[in-house]
Amino acid sequence: MIDTDVITNYIPLFVDGFFLTVKIGWLGILLSFLIGIIASAVLHFKVPVLSAVVKVYVELFRNTPLLVQLFFIYYGLPVLGFHVSAEGCGIVGLGLLGGSYMTETIRSGLDAVPPSQTESAIALGMSRPQVFWMIILPQAFSTSVPALVANVIFLLKETSVFSAISLMDLMFTAKDLIGLYYDTTESLFLLVVFYIIILLPVSIAGTVIEKKARYKIFGS
Amino acid sequence: MNREKEVLKIEHISKGFDQLNVLDDISLTVHEGEIIVIVGPSGCGKSTLLRCLNGLEAVDDGHVYLGEETVNPSVKNITRIRERIGMVFQSYDLFPHKTILENVTLAPMKVQKRKRAEVNEEAKKLLERVGLSAKMSQYPRQLSGGQKQRAAIVRALIMHPEVLLFDEVTAALDPEMVREVLDVMLDLARQNRTMLIVTHEMAFARAIADRVIFLDGGHIVEDSDPGEFFTLPKTDRARKFLNTFTFDTVNKEI
Ligand SMILES: Nc1ncnc2c1ncn2[C@@H]1O[C@H](COP(=O)(O)OP(=O)(O)OP(=O)(O)O)[C@@H](O)[C@H]1O
Ligand SMILES: [Mg+2]
Repeated sequence: MIDTDVITNYIPLFVDGFFLTVKIGWLGILLSFLIGIIASAVLHFKVPVLSAVVKVYVELFRNTPLLVQLFFIYYGLPVLGFHVSAEGCGIVGLGLLGGSYMTETIRSGLDAVPPSQTESAIALGMSRPQVFWMIILPQAFSTSVPALVANVIFLLKETSVFSAISLMDLMFTAKDLIGLYYDTTESLFLLVVFYIIILLPVSIAGTVIEKKARYKIFGS
Repeated sequence: MNREKEVLKIEHISKGFDQLNVLDDISLTVHEGEIIVIVGPSGCGKSTLLRCLNGLEAVDDGHVYLGEETVNPSVKNITRIRERIGMVFQSYDLFPHKTILENVTLAPMKVQKRKRAEVNEEAKKLLERVGLSAKMSQYPRQLSGGQKQRAAIVRALIMHPEVLLFDEVTAALDPEMVREVLDVMLDLARQNRTMLIVTHEMAFARAIADRVIFLDGGHIVEDSDPGEFFTLPKTDRARKFLNTFTFDTVNKEI
């Protein structure tokens, strides 16, 4: 049976872990969007040399586990003389992993925008960057909302490996408490509840945004 | 308006794609207020010619001048030059994520840095003039082809271009919508706009043109006034081309 007293005692600890997970998760996701937008633009415009770099990056990060990437950043960078906090590592690691997924998603959205859109915008005197930010990217986002939301949810779930680099996130809190007090049921229950609190709003917001984006361009 | 003023000057331009020579030594001068209709068989390079005129396509040889400025995708101020040349395409190419009003006001605000209030006011006037007042806050997908094309014309007009290029703007439309778009262009003609029009609507061409250019095999084969071109074309090729638009009455076997 679940012991409600234990739950009440543990909640503050989980709240701390919750905030850390949310903070690192969303900063990492923000970074992944930045990387994704820039890298997908490089691919879309077939920028020489950089395109090859982006392709290697995408393959590398999509085909290695986040845990391995985190270890690499956490233990590898100091060897090279860079000192990054555990939080910094989490954000960068998630950002790089997410960036590789976002790049592919946004790029397929960009490629789906008809070239005639670019031409008519260019014909109006718009500059290349204006065309990209105002015409192509918004349309690419509209068509890729479902895939982008799926990426965001995937990345939020991936935060659960952060405990491996001793970040006191939700997973760490749960493991820690189980190890110390053996209240496995209560800890796992709270773990599930807090992850749902993080993910459910994203899922709902995603559906709403998807509807809105689709409505503009496709009507339904 | 000054009929002597040269708005657009095309000097010996050539343009090819890979092995294919599309335009071969074309020269043409467009004067202020002049309406030139360009006709010719499919694939003869009409679109390519228009696209060279606003620097969407680079010429291989020769020069295009808008007033004093050279038009070429590689010149530094090409975006400033394109502001001064309006272009309307066959497929409208409105921005699907923006309302009709936003489609029209985007470039004047972002490219010409004009004030929103002033641009909105002009956009409303222009949209009203083409009968789209009721559609301003709708998205392109909610409009018919003819309405979309009228909106696309307004989107070009609001930039106050010195010359307007129309590339088969009615070719994608259902027959009953062709007229409403041509009427808008006739209205522009009455306002003495400088226009280059590529079209397959021969009756319209005859009515609106000051000059008809017949393009074939990469050359300007004829450059005549419309009365002459449509009744007594100088060349065999033009005659053959015009014949593709006429039909003899069918005499049924008894
Ligand atoms: N970007 C391109 N790359 C290669 N070939 C091209 C390109 N654009 C046009 N062409 C070729 O150049 C020729 C002229 O094309 P263009 O579109 O200018 O003809 P058009 O007179 O406008 O024909 P239509 O009446 O069918 O619109 C065609 O043979 C076409 O296939
Ligand atoms: Mg064409």
